[in-house]
Amino acid sequence: MKPEYKIISDLIEKDAKVLDVGCNDGTLMEFLKTNKNANIRGIEISKEKVQICIAKGLTVIEGNAEFDLKQFPNDSFEYVVLGQTLQAFINPETVIKELLRVGNKAIVTIPNFGHWKVRLNLLFKGTMPITNSLPHDWYNTPNIHMCTIKDFVRFSKIINFKIFKSLALINENVSDINNSNLIFKNLFGELGIFLIEK
Amino acid sequence: MNIKQNIKTLIVEKPLKLDCGQTINNFPLAYETYGSLNNEKDNAILVFHALTGDQFVTGINPVTKKDGWWSYAVGSGKSIDTDKYFVICANVIGGCMGSFGPSHENPKTKKIYGTDFPVITINDMVNAQINLLDFFGIKKLFSVIGGSMGGMQVLQFISNYPDKAKTAIPIACTSSHSAQNIAFNELGRQAIAADHNWSDGDYDSKNIVPDKGLAVARMAAHITYLSKKGLQEKFGRKLQKRDDLKFGFDADFQIESYLRYQGSVFVDRFDANSYLYITRAMDYFDLVKQFNGNLSDAFKNTKAKFFVISFTSDWLYPTQENKDIVIALNAVGANVGFVEIESDKGHDSFLLNVSDFLKALKNFLDKSYAEKHS
Repeated sequence: MKPEYKIISDLIEKDAKVLDVGCNDGTLMEFLKTNKNANIRGIEISKEKVQICIAKGLTVIEGNAEFDLKQFPNDSFEYVVLGQTLQAFINPETVIKELLRVGNKAIVTIPNFGHWKVRLNLLFKGTMPITNSLPHDWYNTPNIHMCTIKDFVRFSKIINFKIFKSLALINENVSDINNSNLIFKNLFGELGIFLIEK
Repeated sequence: MNIKQNIKTLIVEKPLKLDCGQTINNFPLAYETYGSLNNEKDNAILVFHALTGDQFVTGINPVTKKDGWWSYAVGSGKSIDTDKYFVICANVIGGCMGSFGPSHENPKTKKIYGTDFPVITINDMVNAQINLLDFFGIKKLFSVIGGSMGGMQVLQFISNYPDKAKTAIPIACTSSHSAQNIAFNELGRQAIAADHNWSDGDYDSKNIVPDKGLAVARMAAHITYLSKKGLQEKFGRKLQKRDDLKFGFDADFQIESYLRYQGSVFVDRFDANSYLYITRAMDYFDLVKQFNGNLSDAFKNTKAKFFVISFTSDWLYPTQENKDIVIALNAVGANVGFVEIESDKGHDSFLLNVSDFLKALKNFLDKSYAEKHS
């Protein structure tokens, strides 16, 4: 289980109605079901992953989050979770707006492209960075819109959504991100976890 | 006909007001069951059959002596596991396997109804079958399941009886019969009507059968159940028991021979008038219109857990039409899962050995059943 699942779970109240966008094999869904008694639904693009979720007894809709979120009415969920996939969408702005239309709040996690290893990788090797959380080559990566923790904070001002809580994951330890430590967290955070609102 | 000895029948005494305005009562509803009902009576699944199906879901059909139409999915240890669940299936009214239909005798004229039989709808079919719940003493079904026209019955059932099923699985279906599908059904009906033997539906009294017309109807429909890719791979341009073309109109190609065979075996087991009535019921099906353009309203009172399934190569009830059902369910916050199964077997995929489909169906049912028993 990914270390951020516990952090995501801590951001969610008990019995909440949650949509996991890009729910993968349903690991987070199961975790939230067990730990938070969440009324949880998932949306997943891969047929194989959908099958795995069904086998776990999870309610999942096969679909593409970029186009299929529109089927949900406004405020259908208390929380919408988007785990490490924002960078894979053609239009991240539309996706964020859709998350916040469908849910009261959204939890978005991003692999931080500002991490020092990524920066050094590019600086010294001169090739597109390949790390544990970003294992693809430039030509076969699904991640077409990489961003840093700092970029995401800026993004919130540009497209106008509120960051309610921002956390950085460093060596499996979680810490708050604020204005005074942003430069530091943007260098050392492997993952940014944001609780956002309209 | 001693085949009727193999048919279980419930006589529905309660009057049923049909959509056409007529009321019927004391009518026969033929059904079959598989597995056994548990003490809590909460393991029952009502399966709805498609256009040319019948109540003999699995095992050997005692009338046709062939495998039941859903033998791949229903049986001991299968997706719809008869070791676990009590499976009920009824022949739809308007059908020809024992339920009240156009081949039954009209008590007033002492002749078969033929086209004097009232036009029935999917709604009427479902309202007739609800009587089976009382008959078996079942308060709530564990699931309602059906593909194609069976899926339409699932949707109508939930709409009419929102608290009578825990789960609902509409497969390869639609909430509103499309113009293309009405067109294909009309082609079939016109093929029957063009057969001189049909005699405006009165063939029984003349002891003849419009078998040519019915066979053509079946052949045309059969094409729509397959996919171009599936046909090409199975038949291509392969010749039928000959080395070269014969420069005539015999069945040179295997696909021709296959379709002719499908047509010929169909007429032995199906009644032409029933074909007219059931295709008409499908054409009239428009759950969207029943709820004044808002399909979601059909599901707003149900707590049933839905699982909608479509197939990639199904061009008769394409994925989008199945997705429209999912969208309508989401709009009312219903509990709905959806998967599109990869298959090149066309609309018929739900009847065939498509492992991803059978696996998904089994997992959904077994997990849902375990949930309520944990």
